[in-house]
Amino acid sequence: MKGSTDGGSGGGVVATGAPEAREGGGRDGNGSGPMLELSGVRKQYGDFVAVKGLDLRAKRGEIFGFLGPNGAGKTTTIRMVAGVLRPTGGRILIGGIDIDVDPEGAKAKVGYIPDRPYLYEKLSGGEFLRFVAGLWGWGAAEADARADRLLELFDLADWKDELIESYSHGMRQKVLISSALIHQPELIVVDEPMVGLDPRSARLLKDLLRTFVAEGGTVFLSTHTLEVAEALCDRIAIIHEGEIIASGTMDDLRAQAEAGGAHLEEIFLKVTGGDVMADVIASLRGAV
Amino acid sequence: MFKGLLLGFVGALFWGVTFAVIFRMLLYFRGTQGIGNLLSAKLLGMAFVTFLMILVLSNVITALSTFFLSEDLELVAAAPVDPGTVYGARLMETILDSSWMVALLAVPLLAAYGVVYAASVAYYALALGAVVPFLVIPAVVGSATTLLLVNVFPARRTRDLLALIGLFAAAGLLALLRFVRPERLMRPEEFRNLVDFMAVLRTPTSPWLPSEWVAEALMSYLNGRFDPFPLLLLWSTAAAFVVLGAGLHRRYYRDGFSRAQEGAERRDGRGRSRRLERALARLGPGTRGVVAKEVRTFFRDTTQWSQLILLGVLVVVYVYNISVLPLYTGERVSFLLINVVSFLNLGLAGFVVAAIAARFVFPAMSVEGRMMWLLRSSPLDVRALFWSKYWVGTVPLLVVALPLIVVTNLVLDASPLILTLTTLTMVGMTFALTALALGLGALYPKYDTENVAEIPTSFGGLLFMMSAVIYLAGVVALEGWPVYLFLQSRLSSSDGAMSVLPLVLGVSGAAVLTAVATWLPLRAGVRHVRAMEP
Repeated sequence: MKGSTDGGSGGGVVATGAPEAREGGGRDGNGSGPMLELSGVRKQYGDFVAVKGLDLRAKRGEIFGFLGPNGAGKTTTIRMVAGVLRPTGGRILIGGIDIDVDPEGAKAKVGYIPDRPYLYEKLSGGEFLRFVAGLWGWGAAEADARADRLLELFDLADWKDELIESYSHGMRQKVLISSALIHQPELIVVDEPMVGLDPRSARLLKDLLRTFVAEGGTVFLSTHTLEVAEALCDRIAIIHEGEIIASGTMDDLRAQAEAGGAHLEEIFLKVTGGDVMADVIASLRGAV
Repeated sequence: MFKGLLLGFVGALFWGVTFAVIFRMLLYFRGTQGIGNLLSAKLLGMAFVTFLMILVLSNVITALSTFFLSEDLELVAAAPVDPGTVYGARLMETILDSSWMVALLAVPLLAAYGVVYAASVAYYALALGAVVPFLVIPAVVGSATTLLLVNVFPARRTRDLLALIGLFAAAGLLALLRFVRPERLMRPEEFRNLVDFMAVLRTPTSPWLPSEWVAEALMSYLNGRFDPFPLLLLWSTAAAFVVLGAGLHRRYYRDGFSRAQEGAERRDGRGRSRRLERALARLGPGTRGVVAKEVRTFFRDTTQWSQLILLGVLVVVYVYNISVLPLYTGERVSFLLINVVSFLNLGLAGFVVAAIAARFVFPAMSVEGRMMWLLRSSPLDVRALFWSKYWVGTVPLLVVALPLIVVTNLVLDASPLILTLTTLTMVGMTFALTALALGLGALYPKYDTENVAEIPTSFGGLLFMMSAVIYLAGVVALEGWPVYLFLQSRLSSSDGAMSVLPLVLGVSGAAVLTAVATWLPLRAGVRHVRAMEP
């Protein structure tokens, strides 16, 4: 398997349905256009505008990071891309398919990992994965084989037939990640991927995502953990108050923030109002 | 606004009817020379004993949530708050949650006593003064019972156990109440025996129960010889119980709470999974997944499947009611009356199906609240989701509805025409009632509830039952009258052709109504779920 950095990742488990994967392409493959394209995407709740006309493109074979402070509009954007929320305006294209025009066709290409691991408590892990595979139109036999391999990969094979209500938070998170991979998506949309994972599983997930993009897949992830973003993402967009205020590779971001050699944390603080943050930190020091 | 008005109307109607029934009974009792007051006191005592039983059970179940399973408890447990304060606050919450229904029921009951006995305002103050400690005592007993149970069993197992006990108790009570045939007591010759029975029991039946103290305190006032002792007993017992309950709480709560946080036990579901999947092999993967998921989650949730026990008793009691109808006392009643009763039976059997749909089909979309992230992000069309849920609801309902209507018609000895017509109508009704329940359940969901059993008692549930009754009345009216005319013309050997037209029109009208009642709610539900923002 191409690009796998962990021998335990299991051959073929993260194989994507991307054309590049089938044709043997790799990172930055020559697919016909971007995997994910947002143009002028807006989301309004009553009078409150949560997302103000976002434009972004994520290529096939890249991990695109989406950063921003609390309430910046990250989760709203992620949920719109996953097809859970409908944008108030603008267009979202997934693999060239407009999610508003052909929602089923667009969603068939996406695997979504939400930030909170709500699952059916009364199903077993294996049943849940089979259920998800069924939603994406997979037959029982192939779904079963993939579920077994994913659960094996995440050390959940012994728990396959136990009801999810007896799982820990981390185990639920692993089932959730498996459920996004089971139907071989072309695009994985992840909201806070590392929450609740132990170090081994966090490492495994990073390797999985890298392998996935190496096979031609695309990852669109939002995170608060800047080290994760810095280590994992090919390109990053920083969203603040519903607007993208900086985007590009790490080098692009450094240039935009005029912060040569700085880490992502410093760039992030600078572009999202770091001066104010510095004052807050100073006053906090006085308070505690 | 509409919601408030509707709830207000239904509440007022319920209060009015309860008041009227009790008022009428009390007037009747008062007219009975010598023992009228005794009967009134007995009735009050019986009502409060029933309240007491309901309250203890409901407090045990509520306390499990308020003291052990509620999501905010982790914060409370971590906070440096005195256990006594926590106990007081949680006990208050338990009382409010578990007792509001009984308190609302007590209002028309006590008001009827006040009006019949022409009592002054002081009586109502006294009633309030008696009811408050009466509510506190079972709350303390219920929460203490829960505290002890949780210390023995894990909380999540206890919840299942309680759900089962509660349902068995309710089913037993329902069956018992029905099979003793209380309606016989209203016949004068039976009533003589009741009077004798009451006369023998002049002494209080349960002098140690707070229900008796409430009845004694109120009746002594109403009879003009107020005795403060029962009231003192109520207040002192309530106070002593709260102190004892707080002591138990201090001693056992920490351990119990800690145990309640333990996860559920591991269970093997594999064997069942395979069989179910094989049975559904012909369906497409998406539909098969949803149907299998529905069946599994239903049968693995004790609070859900255990309601089938109550349902079984309901059906048996219904058939029994039909079989004991006084249609065959003495002379055989007319062929026409039997057929009229058959149509009433159709409406009532439809009501039973509606009640079952409210329990099992209405919550179908609400339970998906937290899982909308998955269903909405998947390529499964909302319509396909609805259809899966629709058939999962319709098939079991047909399994209940068809034997119910066929058996009751056979018991009634209805004509083949009526049997065929009502059976076909019942099939249509089941389709429409399932659609109404599913559609309105999607339009008025309760996504945030942890307890599925609460969903049918919501505003949407009430709206569903009202729509179902209107629909059933429509169908019975559209079919019943033309059938009656048709049978009458056949009986009187007049020109049959004249009565065939209304029959055809009526049946067609019912079919159109059924089609509309099936199609409209499903369409509205699908649109609503498509447009919703989870």
